[in-house]
Amino acid sequence: MQHRLTTPLLPTIRKELTAGDTCLLSGEIYTARDAAHARLVAAIERGEELPLSLQDALVYYVGPCRPAPGRVIGAAGPTTSGRVDVYTPTLLRLGLAGTIGKGKRSPEVKAAMLAHGAVYFAATGGAGALLARSVVASELLLYPDLGTEAVYRLLVKDLPLLVAIDCQGNDIYELGPQRYRDK
Amino acid sequence: MRQIHAQDIAAIVKELCVKANFELPADVRAALQAAYHREEQASRQVLDDLLQNATIAAEREAALCQDTGMVVAFVELGQAVQIVGGLLTDAINEGVRQAYREQPFRHSIVQDPLFRTNTGDNTPAVVHLRLVEGEKCKITVAPKGFGSENMSRVYMLNPAQGWEGVEERVLATVQEAGPNPCPPLIVGIGLGGTMEKAVLLAKEALFRPLGESNPDPRYAALEASLLQAINASGIGPGGIGGRTTALAVHINSYPTHIAGLPLAINLQCHSCRHQTAVL
Repeated sequence: MQHRLTTPLLPTIRKELTAGDTCLLSGEIYTARDAAHARLVAAIERGEELPLSLQDALVYYVGPCRPAPGRVIGAAGPTTSGRVDVYTPTLLRLGLAGTIGKGKRSPEVKAAMLAHGAVYFAATGGAGALLARSVVASELLLYPDLGTEAVYRLLVKDLPLLVAIDCQGNDIYELGPQRYRDK
Repeated sequence: MRQIHAQDIAAIVKELCVKANFELPADVRAALQAAYHREEQASRQVLDDLLQNATIAAEREAALCQDTGMVVAFVELGQAVQIVGGLLTDAINEGVRQAYREQPFRHSIVQDPLFRTNTGDNTPAVVHLRLVEGEKCKITVAPKGFGSENMSRVYMLNPAQGWEGVEERVLATVQEAGPNPCPPLIVGIGLGGTMEKAVLLAKEALFRPLGESNPDPRYAALEASLLQAINASGIGPGGIGGRTTALAVHINSYPTHIAGLPLAINLQCHSCRHQTAVL
């Protein structure tokens, strides 16, 4: 099944998504990878108010290339999600609707996703040039000193995604390979 | 004795870095195309994305992948060559610096593994030098992404474990890696030597043209059977299930010690970027 989704991604919409569904996502999303996650979560643990609202928002695990002249962004494919697993439950507790990346998630992240009704989307790894075409605007939001690892607000149009783990805990990285194993 | 100027080395390394990040090698593209015809539905869509991605990158809208890698340079330097006007390593780093500053490539290198400050120009490269006969200088440049590098492994096996032990570890490595290293993969395997020799053999195995088997028919047969076993895992393109988990298995071997069976498994994502030039 294919969905057209927009942010903010409300709980009622999240519930309709099933692992393996394809989606075209439009709206604003935040970027963050290893270093930005460390800072965000440290700020949360110190009890500071974050300068961005995570309620029903989506975080894309990406460290894009700089844009070529005349372009909004350089190659912008997903990075391996598992490296930020240690931080993700904290963000989900603050109302994050879901995350976008590639690769497996830890049991702790899956449990937190179930508890908070969050969704994990996969973008095609290694398709950075293709995915960059769906980014129509990019604005530096936080931690400019982190360079490619800074937090950006991206405006995307029809970003092609796959539901990797749905709100019920179904995981395409388990279900998909099972269908093909030893065949 | 032939002289090669360091500036000429820097210039060619720059050119190779640029080409590698924009142009998927023809053999990799052909292998992805062949895999496309074997897959269906979602896994076919992944391959379609990758083929489209290669076309968009070749038009230089953006790099093939935002992880423009840590640059690995293999240099085969003829013994009758004298490099003048600077050091070989400095020249290679200068080429990398210029390419990554001028092009829209990501700077992914930090100065120290623990005290992580970005170097700002993607240097230094990792340089491997081999002296060979003659008066030429052959340089292969490979920007190595870390999604796949992180899932690579080294094992010092017991000789009694033999091929069965090797096969078991390779399959476990691919299985554990799952979707993370961006399959379909090229699996580079180094067998023998010492620990570091095995790793180097595995890395070099990644740059063997796809479709070319190990010249030793015994190893060619092992490569074929291991590829089949890896693809029976069902991990598939993007790790979402499919028939093509790897495009190729390449084994390089070297004599080793009576007490050892070193095994290195270097995983390479489908964005298998490498370019070679001869000066």
